[in-house]
Amino acid sequence: MLSDIGFILGTTLMYATPLIYAAVGAAISENSGVVNIGLEGMMYMGAFVGATLGHFTGNPWIGFMAAGLAGGLLAYLHGIACVSFKADHVVSGIAINFIGLGLALFLCRIFFNGATMTIPLNLAKKIPRPLNGLFPANSFLDSVFNQYATVYLAFIIVFGAWVLLYKTRIGLRIRAVGEHPKAADTMGINVYFVRYLAVVLSGVLAGFGGAAMSIAVVSRFNPTLISGHGFIALAAMIFGKWTPQGALLACLLFGSAKGFEIFLGASKIGISSQILALLPYIITIIALIGFVGKAVAPAADGVPYEKEQ
Amino acid sequence: MTLKNKLSRQWHNKKHFLDHTIFFTMVSIFLGLVIGAIVLAVVGFNPFEAYWIIIKGVFSRPKYIVYTIIKAVPIIVTGYSVAFAFRTGLFNIGAEGQFLIGSITAALAGYFLHLPIVIHALTVFLLAVMAAALWGGLAGYLKARFGVHEVISTIMLNWIALYLNNYLVMLPSVKRPHAEASWNILDTARIDLFGAWKVSEAGMAWRLEHPFFHDILQPEINLGIFVAGLLGILTAFVLNKTTLGYELRAVGFNKDAAEQGGINVKKNFVVAMAIAGGLAGAAGALNVLGVARESVNLANMEGYGFDGITVALIGSNTSIGCFFSGLFFGALKYSGAKLQSTLGAPKEIISIVMGTILFFVAMPKLIQLLRSMRSQKKKETTGV
Repeated sequence: MLSDIGFILGTTLMYATPLIYAAVGAAISENSGVVNIGLEGMMYMGAFVGATLGHFTGNPWIGFMAAGLAGGLLAYLHGIACVSFKADHVVSGIAINFIGLGLALFLCRIFFNGATMTIPLNLAKKIPRPLNGLFPANSFLDSVFNQYATVYLAFIIVFGAWVLLYKTRIGLRIRAVGEHPKAADTMGINVYFVRYLAVVLSGVLAGFGGAAMSIAVVSRFNPTLISGHGFIALAAMIFGKWTPQGALLACLLFGSAKGFEIFLGASKIGISSQILALLPYIITIIALIGFVGKAVAPAADGVPYEKEQ
Repeated sequence: MTLKNKLSRQWHNKKHFLDHTIFFTMVSIFLGLVIGAIVLAVVGFNPFEAYWIIIKGVFSRPKYIVYTIIKAVPIIVTGYSVAFAFRTGLFNIGAEGQFLIGSITAALAGYFLHLPIVIHALTVFLLAVMAAALWGGLAGYLKARFGVHEVISTIMLNWIALYLNNYLVMLPSVKRPHAEASWNILDTARIDLFGAWKVSEAGMAWRLEHPFFHDILQPEINLGIFVAGLLGILTAFVLNKTTLGYELRAVGFNKDAAEQGGINVKKNFVVAMAIAGGLAGAAGALNVLGVARESVNLANMEGYGFDGITVALIGSNTSIGCFFSGLFFGALKYSGAKLQSTLGAPKEIISIVMGTILFFVAMPKLIQLLRSMRSQKKKETTGV
């Protein structure tokens, strides 16, 4: 029984982690007023770049960092469109998704001889598990806490994002720019700079999320690796009422539903695997109906800001 | 200014607006193709050769054109679905799931119902549209009743539709032996043209004498594109010429003002999402009745709904725009695959090009800037 709970918790953490990075990033971006629907594309780029550099350098952390850089670069493009050129954020974000997925697969074929998968990393080249061997194998503690370093890092980043948004001057500025850019501008805050900063940060985190998938959860990039996780992260961020801590809880809820699904699937209780696979999504909808209530986005979220001349 | 004035002013500016939109879209397509060429050149492919292969791949034989159209039909219609929702102020990411609900309904009704020809196809089509309308309307209801953001609910409903589709396809009575797919729909439900005749002895003999038509008849030629055209006209009519459409657009234009003006905003959420869902379901039904004839067990999303978002946005959310941008996207998708077989260039260049086009479509300000810079340069050189 205890080991079952351990299994579910462990799976929860593993599944939730890539989502947490992307969702927390999205919370930062949207608090500054830039809707980031391009998470999916940024995660794809991150996953590809992480796995590729991990393979060629043999160092997963170089891959991880480069993944952040790749996600950040795509987000910078999104920033150019949304901040400098007053683009429709949704249109630009969908464009980023196409570019991110397309570019990742395109480059993959170039670097890996026409294949859309990178070469799998062996265990030594993957993100390490810092607590490996500390607990007896298959014990409760082992299945919960013997996680890849990216899992722990995700929690640190959530805390960091919370501090950044609610306890620092720059966080206050980010939120001011997202709520009332004109007032913020009047107060001498550089609206464009703050928005660029927030959107690039969100891209970096989405890139991390992609790498957390490709070089920790699995060991290679493949064309269906992300398949919708960016959108689920976006949903989790909205579900978490545009806050990092809320996004974290939403991702964990989603991850635990996934954990239950896998646990029930392995336990041979005779429910069709297709029906089990529905669970996480139905639970999310029920949670939205029953427990959350109406969430309100930052007032100027998605609204381009034009400085008066 | 009252809402009515605003809407009517919008109407008067329509021609001006259209000219502008078409111009910006054309420039965006041009820029997208240029960036695509640069990407190809950087990794060592000749972009002119690549684009020539794409053009030849669409136009060099009659049957290629037919294949392009077949490829375009589902994304044109999911494009309508997304565009319709956008015009009413809603973002329908759920076309993907609504498409699946439409196609599985069509596959089931096409196999299990026994009805005379024509009536069968019509019944199946309407059932598929209704099922998908309920699926879409559910997202609208969740928004109206519980304030659930349609972006989240439709993302979740997409996955629910995917697994529901798989569950139904794999049921013992539905699954075809030795295949991860449903039974083929009955001939009475099919909407292909000359389907039986073209493989009959007489048909084959006639085709041998007429090589042009022989070529055209090779693909799964079907009524899809005509239905897509009709649906486009119908959608535009409902949106622009009826009270319902006026109300829906008013809600999309300014929700609060519409409510002030006595429009039931909540009801409109449900209606708009139901219509959008029905359209995406129609796309799924057309695909099953005209081309696929079955539903398959899917490991992943097929992307018809997501492509529909791109089609709608490049088509500036109008029916006619969706029709042409869908054909354009369909052509690139169909012919882009040939890049890989003939030139060895990754076919994903198509996603990059489409994404880049959309990226430029998103920022008309950039193109305005480029234009004003050019006219300024002209002034300088001519000394004006």
